[in-house]
Amino acid sequence: MNALALVLLLQAVDRTKPPALAPPPALKLPAVRTAILPNGLQIAVVEMRKVPVVNVSLVLDAGTVRDPAELPGLATFTATMVQQGAGGRSALDIADEAAFLGAQLGSSAGYDVATVSLHVPKRRLGPALDLLADVVVRPTFADSEVTRQRELRRTQLIQQRDEPVQVANVAFPAIVYGWAHPYGRPLTGTDGSVAGLTRERVADFHRTFYRPNAARLLVVGDVTLDEARRLVAERFGTWTRGDVPAAPAAAAPSLPAAAPRAIYLIDKPGAAQSVVRIGHVGPARDTPDYFALQVLNTILGGSFTSRLNQNLRETRGYTYGAGSTFSLRRRGGPFVAQASVVTAKTDSSLIEFMKELRHVRDEAVPAPELDKAKQYLTLGLPGDFETTGGAAFRFRDLLIYGLPFEYYAGYIDRINAVTAADVRRVARQYIDPDRFDIVIVGDRSQIEAGIRALNEGAIVYRDLWGQPIP
Amino acid sequence: MSSRMAFMLQRLAAPALGVLLAAAPGRLTAQALRVPYETFTLPNGLQVIVHEDHSVPIVTANIWYHVGSGDERPGRTGFAHLFEHIMFMGSQHVPTGDFDRLLEAAGGDNNGSTTEDRTNYFEDGPVNALPLMLWLDSDRMGFLLPEITAEKVDLQRGVVQNERRQSYENRPYGLAQENILQRLYPASHPYHWPVIGSMADLSAATIEDVRGFFRTYYTPNNASLAIAGDITPRAARALVARYFGDIPRGPAVTRPVAPPVTLTADAYATIEDRVQLPRVYNAWHTVKAFAPDDAGLDVLANVLAGGRSSRLYRRLVYELQIASDVVAFQDGGRLDGKFELWATARPGHDLRELQRVIDEELRKLVDGGPTAREVARAQNTFEAQFLSRMERVGSFGGKADQLNFYNYFVGTPDYFQRDLDRYLEVTPDDVRRIARTYLAGEAHRVVLSVVPQGKPELAVQPGVQP
Repeated sequence: MNALALVLLLQAVDRTKPPALAPPPALKLPAVRTAILPNGLQIAVVEMRKVPVVNVSLVLDAGTVRDPAELPGLATFTATMVQQGAGGRSALDIADEAAFLGAQLGSSAGYDVATVSLHVPKRRLGPALDLLADVVVRPTFADSEVTRQRELRRTQLIQQRDEPVQVANVAFPAIVYGWAHPYGRPLTGTDGSVAGLTRERVADFHRTFYRPNAARLLVVGDVTLDEARRLVAERFGTWTRGDVPAAPAAAAPSLPAAAPRAIYLIDKPGAAQSVVRIGHVGPARDTPDYFALQVLNTILGGSFTSRLNQNLRETRGYTYGAGSTFSLRRRGGPFVAQASVVTAKTDSSLIEFMKELRHVRDEAVPAPELDKAKQYLTLGLPGDFETTGGAAFRFRDLLIYGLPFEYYAGYIDRINAVTAADVRRVARQYIDPDRFDIVIVGDRSQIEAGIRALNEGAIVYRDLWGQPIP
Repeated sequence: MSSRMAFMLQRLAAPALGVLLAAAPGRLTAQALRVPYETFTLPNGLQVIVHEDHSVPIVTANIWYHVGSGDERPGRTGFAHLFEHIMFMGSQHVPTGDFDRLLEAAGGDNNGSTTEDRTNYFEDGPVNALPLMLWLDSDRMGFLLPEITAEKVDLQRGVVQNERRQSYENRPYGLAQENILQRLYPASHPYHWPVIGSMADLSAATIEDVRGFFRTYYTPNNASLAIAGDITPRAARALVARYFGDIPRGPAVTRPVAPPVTLTADAYATIEDRVQLPRVYNAWHTVKAFAPDDAGLDVLANVLAGGRSSRLYRRLVYELQIASDVVAFQDGGRLDGKFELWATARPGHDLRELQRVIDEELRKLVDGGPTAREVARAQNTFEAQFLSRMERVGSFGGKADQLNFYNYFVGTPDYFQRDLDRYLEVTPDDVRRIARTYLAGEAHRVVLSVVPQGKPELAVQPGVQP
């Protein structure tokens, strides 16, 4: 590049066309090395030595899919509770010690897995892992702490209802899946379920699912495999195996045979915007169409220049941003197109959403648009491995979905192999406008008439949880 | 997904690293933080800062324009941020839409942000895309106006007004900040209004405003460009000279000055919002960014409300269980600084209860100061944050953005270790003195209660002191 730049300097700058670029750099992936402890705990280590920090994530098969149907919120509550006293330390001791070590200690649960994580300067790795091990293996679950966190959660559920985006995030899956399906229930539970979050239920959930043989530990940063294995074995070696039940084999959700499209209105009087969610059940992470779906979504709503954002934001100015997502999980997660749009343009926004969602099925993607999406996905990949957190995010996905560690080496070729015909095929297969659930959180008195006039489906009123109004 | 946001609240120094030197025993880091750089200034006044980091084959171009909402004139609040959006609408050789399309096709991303003091832009991507980034950035610095029409201004006005709706009006407690600023700063002060501006002023902005603002502020002599990543200073210098060298220097820029402001009395206010739980905000005048006591105020905020081991979290949320959250931070800008502290009540509790405990804890800190461990804990937390920010060259808060940040505020791009040292030098006695000076005694405050509609009785009332 030096020589190239010097040559360029000798010429007058030609602004009339973009500069020709040198070939993109090759993807350099950090190596993943693995070990397994006698108790079944799998360890994966990614050495990255630029900065003396270490990122640790323990992934457990303890997501909300494990929640009993009558007790949604148990998995997330258990993840909160593990930090509220463990191994002889009080809740406040744990917070104090983590801060004193300069460690970010986190614990949370999503639909498929729970994660306990640590980001810490290398010099404090040992004591920070002591803390992590206490939290994972030896949580106290004192009654007083369970009560305290249960009361706090009650308040958080109240606050959630004040925030229209959070209301939509709870109501949309509830409407698409129903509360009978784990992907339809709210991650943090309901007003009704909070009371059931008792010490016994939490301790039982932890005893059942927080087990080394159902966990994987990812260590990324300034550490070698040998060092990581030694540090982990010293602290997690005595963690005992358990008989972890297989994930509930609830029938993979599928599109209802002939559910007509409906528009669900959730009233937020006075709202300045309408929060719009449009979608239905989509494919699982193990779909053979994964790469085509990545390209499709990048084109439709997964990048700034995607069709939804260009149309609703950059062409019409109805929103600060519009997009779409295929939530690819162990089982079929939702496909959703979304935006927060100005109240007065709620109906106009729906027209544009529906237009784009139909168009991507009906017409082949032009070559320049296809190429742009593929290049965005492939050429941007090296940057994802710059930081320990970024690399951990990428590799954690492989652990959760049981994919091989060499996965990203083949990623670029797989994306590049996607054709316009593939994109159209997966659009037609995985986006079905006739079966959309359209969920809108907004000021009903301002938006209902306009939406009704669109004739896009029956209008149904729902409450802030997405449930029928009696 | 959402792009080009204004970040207004968070100006806590967001440092980022490169080569490590010099032992520092006892600290979290074995060595001092250092981000080696080269700097040069083009004849047109554009200052360039280049940092090499060959760990990953990526690069970032990060430009700071020395203009923010504090430079706006009456009737045009929000304009600096609206202008930031217009900077993405194309320029003479880059048709509307191509800025994003070309960058994405090269595997790149971009964003921009506006504060009271400055506006920044970055492009991140694979290292081969650097000429494209500089071509795009130089074209909008030198040749923006021919491509900007009244229609394009209208369009981004609509986007920004939706940003205001999404991030402020339709968000619980979202209008608290502008209510605080109005009361903390007199109408003549550049920090009197929020970066997002008012709906009416956004509606009033014209294409003539765009032209005037561009010619005044978007000049090479009012900007600095930091390039960081898998490049050499020699190559970067050649490319910068090529793309930016022929942009003419603009007129000298005069920035507003502001005399120090103090409140002469506590100011109480109550606003009603579509919320179920009330929240009380306290705000005091403090010091500018990098002034003495600026870092001490960050330590003070951490002792009071930084995480679950802090004093106010322990009292309000953990022990008494009358609040669901508590937040405190020092926010030092170019012209002034403020310290904010807020807490949200749980059902059945009013804001007077919360305020009484807040004042009790402030008094304890003023009287007895923090413990040595509390200060060490805050310092360790800050030090770990400094270290982690060394991992990234691009985006907001990455090394390039930080080089520009330090260059702008203290005139030394590689100020990383010295910035950290400000925190490491804070003593418990300093924190006690700082609490007494800025949050007690003669220091008055704005007390804003945000209450559910129809429930003004939940507010903190003037004169009702603990």
